[in-house]
Amino acid sequence: MNSTSPPAKPSTDDHPEVSAANARSGLVLFFIYLAFYAGFMGLATFAPQAMATPVLAGVNLAITYGMGLIFGALVIAAIYMWACSRNARLYGAALGGTGVSPVSRGGQP
Amino acid sequence: MTHETSWTAIGVFAFFVAVVLGISFYLGAKAKSAQGYYAAHGQIPWFVNGVAFAGDYLSAASFLGICGMIAFYGYDGFLYSIGYLAGWIVALLVIAEPLKRLGKFTFADALDSQFNSRGIKLAAAISTLVISIFYLIPQMVGAGSLIRPLLGLHDFAVVGLNVSAHAIGVILVGGIVTLIVVTAGMVSTTWVQFIKGGLLVIFCAVLTVMILLRGLAEVPITHEFGSPPAYIGMFDIPGESVIAESGNWKGKPYLRKLFSTGEVYTWRQEFQNGKPIIRQLNSSYPGEHTLARLTQTVTVRPDGTTLVNGLPIGHGEKQRSLTSVGYIDKLPAWSLRKSRNRAELLWLSTLVGQPNDQSPTGPLDPLTYIRTLQDSTIVLWGNERVLEADGSVTTVFFQKPTPGKEILTPGGSPTFGGIRSNDWRKKLDFLSLMIALFCGTASLPHILIRYYTVKDQASARKSTVVGIATIGFFYILTLFLGLGAMTSGTLDVTDSNMAAPLLARSFGELPFAVISAIAFTTVLGTVSGLIMAASGAVAHDIMANFLRIEMNDHSKVRAGKITAVIVGLVAMALGILFQKFNVTFLVGWAFNVAASANLPSLVMLLFWRGTTKQGITAAIFVGMISSLAWILLSQQCYRDVYGLPPEQALVPFSQPGIVTIPLGFLVLVAVSLVTQTKRAATTQ
Repeated sequence: MNSTSPPAKPSTDDHPEVSAANARSGLVLFFIYLAFYAGFMGLATFAPQAMATPVLAGVNLAITYGMGLIFGALVIAAIYMWACSRNARLYGAALGGTGVSPVSRGGQP
Repeated sequence: MTHETSWTAIGVFAFFVAVVLGISFYLGAKAKSAQGYYAAHGQIPWFVNGVAFAGDYLSAASFLGICGMIAFYGYDGFLYSIGYLAGWIVALLVIAEPLKRLGKFTFADALDSQFNSRGIKLAAAISTLVISIFYLIPQMVGAGSLIRPLLGLHDFAVVGLNVSAHAIGVILVGGIVTLIVVTAGMVSTTWVQFIKGGLLVIFCAVLTVMILLRGLAEVPITHEFGSPPAYIGMFDIPGESVIAESGNWKGKPYLRKLFSTGEVYTWRQEFQNGKPIIRQLNSSYPGEHTLARLTQTVTVRPDGTTLVNGLPIGHGEKQRSLTSVGYIDKLPAWSLRKSRNRAELLWLSTLVGQPNDQSPTGPLDPLTYIRTLQDSTIVLWGNERVLEADGSVTTVFFQKPTPGKEILTPGGSPTFGGIRSNDWRKKLDFLSLMIALFCGTASLPHILIRYYTVKDQASARKSTVVGIATIGFFYILTLFLGLGAMTSGTLDVTDSNMAAPLLARSFGELPFAVISAIAFTTVLGTVSGLIMAASGAVAHDIMANFLRIEMNDHSKVRAGKITAVIVGLVAMALGILFQKFNVTFLVGWAFNVAASANLPSLVMLLFWRGTTKQGITAAIFVGMISSLAWILLSQQCYRDVYGLPPEQALVPFSQPGIVTIPLGFLVLVAVSLVTQTKRAATTQ
């Protein structure tokens, strides 16, 4: 019956150094995707006729690029997951003394 | 268009609602604490949370609006799909983990975590409320328009009181959702969204497979609009008399004839080099004939009655209803050769119990499906309103044969048509919307609160990835659903929102029933998330933290539930009030406001140490007020809300994002710099 709740318990995966490394990886990937998205906006706005060019098996650029942005988001997400588990492994080893193994926490629903 | 009651649809929907409510009551018994009510104890498994993201995010506007826009205009609807999905990258890579680390129940908690400022709490809570209500309106309007085909309801009068079918839909959804939220808060909300997200994606996938296996066909010659344009003789013959051009019909390219059945036929002239094509036919058809295509007309008379092609709307004798449309005019010759992988596709057809080699193209794989449409000519439908002398308004729906090449590139719809012109304002308008969609997702309060239902940052990350996969897959399906609706002869020219359910009807009553019921459940999922966000903002941020009302755990839950009921009632009232609004457009605006108000503070808090509490408070208020003001002064609002000429609008284009998002950042930095020096000066 307490209105102030207990502080969120820090999980090993949430170690400040791991978080910071994840944030850096996230930003790099974010700018890659942003460039991809900006390219699409630019083409659609300033060269809409170029979007009609057939590219993938005769399907035009507009559809191919659009589908590419959707699949690209998944690819970026997968890379980010990989980068985060790598960060946890690297920093987990550096923090070895704490006796935690952040990697083993991944994938537990 | 008129619809018959579908008992199967009602049955399926009632079953969904019963399951969802059952789960709610079962879980409600367990969720007694504030932590349980607002954040589902932080114990939702990441996979469930990921699918619930999809259930939360894929609103009626996504499902019905995008499919309808693709079916009516082609590629432009898919632009929304792309923008809505791309926004998730911002959520995953920038916002998700810090937000989880810093907050507890609401996103105001996260913003305020370093400052303990009442200003931030109030600003964040108000922006949450404004965005949630802005977003609630289109959902409730969508619920109202869905109820008609689902229950086959029409407006009726009880003891002299007019009851609209729309209002019944709104009240039904509002009531069920409020009940779900009040029973178990975030716990039941999450499970509703999980069920809905899963169902929506699975059934849309099934429908897409059916579309591809059916293949494509040209319009049957026996169809009312199947014949090529005809030469119409504009003189009286027995049974047909010419209606003279008068009033607002003068100068318009229409030919009208009254038949002895009482029906009015309206044709639209064909033009060559800007001139109508008029010709003498052979001796059995003397006189001048004009080349023209048949149209359909809907007339709404001042007394509220509706005529279709001059006769009262309905299915009876001396009544007329609109013909379903949406056909390919001409398939490319190459597509008529059966495809190379036909044997495998046919095998797949029998496997799903849909043996179908009836269409000229036979079953198609996804890429060939798109390529075939790209090389086809498809009949789209335009419309024009004519104000008659007696005050009735006639809308003429006319055929527009359009090359597939044009349909499958951006700029085909009135909304984005500007990008094919050289008007920089229209190009900026388009860019502005695409930016708002990209930045808006990660600023939507009902999405942000979902980060507090999982246990740690790793789960927040994993559930976002599951969300991206589910939502991305769904948005790819929208393209095929939309194009399928465009070419399956099931379109209702008066209602683009109905494109997807009516497409399902072309496969039988059961798919139609299931899709309609899912669409209705879709509204439940999103609305419950929004009501949850609004209830948290009022009870947790404003009452407990801003007004500092002493509340124990129990009364905090009760405050949340009372707020949920009030927000539910407000949402129902607004849903009835805004019946006539374009659903997709309103959602686009909600994204603009969310991105302008919340994104600058979220991002700067995470990446700039110099951010101060005054900076955050000012950025939220300025972003929210400037984007709202921009919208209220835009051409769309002038035309649709105030009924003023759109040229008088004070802002050059209607989507504010491109101006107000940077403005939010600017205000935050400026105010932070000023307040920083003050603080430094006083400490010296």
